Amino acid sequence: MISAAAAVTVAPAHQHYLFEARQLQAMSFAVHIPLVCFGIAFPAIVVFTEWLGHRTGDEVYVALARRWSKVMTALFAAGVVTGTILSFELGILWPEFMSKFGSVFGLGFTLEGFSFFVEAIFIGIYLYSWDRISPRMHLLSGIPVIVAGIAGSLMVIAVNGWMNHPVGFTLVDGKVTDVHPWAALFDNRTFWHELVHMYLAGYMVVGFGVAAVYAFGYLRGRRSRYDRIALAIPLAAALLASPLQVVVGDWAARDVGRYQPVKLAAFEGLGHTQAKAPVHLLGWYSNGHVRFGIPVPRLLSFLDKHDPNATVTGLDSVPKAYQPPVNVVRIAFQTMVGIGTALAALALLVLVVWWRTRRLPRSLWFYRALVLAGPAAVVALIAGWVTTEVGRQPWIVYKVMLTSQAVTGAKGIPVGYGTLALAYIALAVVVVFVLRRLAGTPLDAEYGP
Amino acid sequence: VTLADVPLIVVLVGLVAYAVLGGADFGAGFWQLTPGRSERDQAIRDHARHAITPVWEANHVWLILVLTVTWTCYPTVFAAIASTLAAPLAIAGLGIVLRAMAYVLRSQTDSPRARPVEQLFALSSILVPFALGAAVGGIASGRVPPGNARGDLVTSWLNPTSAAVGLIAVASTAYISAVWLAADARRDGNDELFEAYRARALVAAIVAGALAFIGLIVVRQDDARLWHGLTSWPGAAAVIVSALAGVAALGLIVTRRLEPARVVSVIALAAVIAGWALAQRPELLPGLTVSQAAAGRATLVAALIGLAAGSVILVPSLALLFRLVLRGTFAAPASPGQLSPSTRPEPDPRRPASICAVGLVVGALVLVVGDAAWSITVGAALLLVFGACGFAIVARSLASGER
Repeated sequence: MISAAAAVTVAPAHQHYLFEARQLQAMSFAVHIPLVCFGIAFPAIVVFTEWLGHRTGDEVYVALARRWSKVMTALFAAGVVTGTILSFELGILWPEFMSKFGSVFGLGFTLEGFSFFVEAIFIGIYLYSWDRISPRMHLLSGIPVIVAGIAGSLMVIAVNGWMNHPVGFTLVDGKVTDVHPWAALFDNRTFWHELVHMYLAGYMVVGFGVAAVYAFGYLRGRRSRYDRIALAIPLAAALLASPLQVVVGDWAARDVGRYQPVKLAAFEGLGHTQAKAPVHLLGWYSNGHVRFGIPVPRLLSFLDKHDPNATVTGLDSVPKAYQPPVNVVRIAFQTMVGIGTALAALALLVLVVWWRTRRLPRSLWFYRALVLAGPAAVVALIAGWVTTEVGRQPWIVYKVMLTSQAVTGAKGIPVGYGTLALAYIALAVVVVFVLRRLAGTPLDAEYGP
Repeated sequence: VTLADVPLIVVLVGLVAYAVLGGADFGAGFWQLTPGRSERDQAIRDHARHAITPVWEANHVWLILVLTVTWTCYPTVFAAIASTLAAPLAIAGLGIVLRAMAYVLRSQTDSPRARPVEQLFALSSILVPFALGAAVGGIASGRVPPGNARGDLVTSWLNPTSAAVGLIAVASTAYISAVWLAADARRDGNDELFEAYRARALVAAIVAGALAFIGLIVVRQDDARLWHGLTSWPGAAAVIVSALAGVAALGLIVTRRLEPARVVSVIALAAVIAGWALAQRPELLPGLTVSQAAAGRATLVAALIGLAAGSVILVPSLALLFRLVLRGTFAAPASPGQLSPSTRPEPDPRRPASICAVGLVVGALVLVVGDAAWSITVGAALLLVFGACGFAIVARSLASGER
């Protein structure tokens, strides 16, 4: 492992607004990542629905897929531009990061560009060729959208995995040499759990998110067969993904404990290295201890090493300057785990009902819970990214480059922050306006000419 | 040409593609600003609104490709450009967001209430080419030194050369788009729109040509080094090719031969970008040559392998898309095909569901208990495969239960 002493030699730029630069980047990600979920998970759900239509000859599935393909394209367009903004920001805000390490991880983005291309091409074909090419060809044109959605997110997460566990290069006197781009991205264990974790999160966000829309409609009296099917199919994806996410989360926690012990210590607020380490629910970290929390003895040792007596590395294993802001990480982590557990429990309950009756629960409380589950899944998603990104601080490249070494020396970050916030509010208004209009359009439009 | 130059050629090809395809989109936004309330004016605006829809997203990915190849293969150059030229790049990024809003509004709804908003967003179609052109002007005139924001944050893009290149960029997008829209109108058999856009293409061509000429004079005053590069071999050759292609395009438009005019226009634009590259050669930024800026051999080779592999998928995909567009498949009237449903009865979901559940439990156990790379791989793979099967079974059962 590379020690902090061997870190890059870059004098930090004079930047008053490092915190604002981080906030600007965080805001841009927070807008982009839910849209990415729709790129990962929605195409598969839409194409599956169209396939059901072909399989059963039932027009309602095709109508649903047709309606959803419009939603998918609108959200993809928003994803394209928010992703473009991110590419600009990588250079505008973090030039030293790009300059030092672009040659190590850049390959991931180059490959991602191609998947993005393929996704954009076939999403255009899929949306605009309904009834203009044969049904079979149309169904096939959706497949590359699914594959490219997976491949694109894979490449980007590979870069993030590399930032958390930088491998594939050697530092000599603070200079990057002996670069192995393929190994840096893919021969990297932290990448794989991040990928699967994010992938399932995509299905949870899209599944619960779309189901929430139709559950809300159900409560308001929109209960046609079309509406009920539109709720059931995405919900099925979330039902499967949520319990699996708990297992994958366990895998992720162990890997974090192994490769980034200080981040794991921040999850819990473990001030000192100790055996039989507990987890505290809720509470507040201050001066090496969690106050007002409910302790669960030995749970952290168990999570980290699957051994209730194991010794867990504490925050004090590194100087204070190299510790992340514990409370932000801790609260984000507990939010993610809390919501994730609740969603998994809801999913298991619904699966049991399905097993016994082969339908969904009838209670209105089930639909009310779904309306909550949609936004909750998005909150958990963002909280998860806050956990991993803030948990890596103060490093941008773990134990190799500090975020303060990477930041731009240019002025005007607050101006950019404010302007982009306004633009994103406008983008959100437009997307919501379009989706509401789509929802209000009579379904006849989807049953062909 | 050495290994270090090859990615740069890819970047330049990407820039040409973005200038032509992305440019055609921004130009369409420009013509959406056509004033007037008559039915004809409205038809002209609508033609521009409809033109670009199925290819919009794909056209914008060219810019992403340019950025990612630059930061992978010439990381220090990307860092210097992005930090010094933060302002024009931020403006361009913002304009791209606004343009996307217009696209989303246009492609998903046809609401009269949204029209004024759409028009406002069309303004961004002028903003983006100007800002990107101004950034190019700053690089070309040597105002972006290597390092973290070492150049002047204002004069690096607000200077005579930047202004000239920015204006040329706006005029070029309007021109390219008018040629495209005129050709589309003729394909659709609409003579009135064809003539309207042919006239616009002519005017835009003359304006762009005049601006290019003025731009050369500006460069002569502003940056002797760039002027020298553009007026001596091989930069001068590119400038001459561009001028000849521009004149030829003008002639083809006058004589109503739009298809060859498209090709010649692309040559004219490509020659301008090639001329810029040749004029600057061998420096990318002041004091930094291409070979000094290039990443190590391993990175360049990996990137080129990635680019080659990507192209194998990309080129046929793009060919398919443009064939569908140029044939007018997307504009054709809809004729729904017949579904041929299977007559097999709905299977009982519980049997496959049990198998799935067993697979998931095994996968979960392997993932939780094991710690070796192979056991984690097997566990995660089992979870994903049986998770997907489980989704298909549960979704199908729930959906078919909704009678």
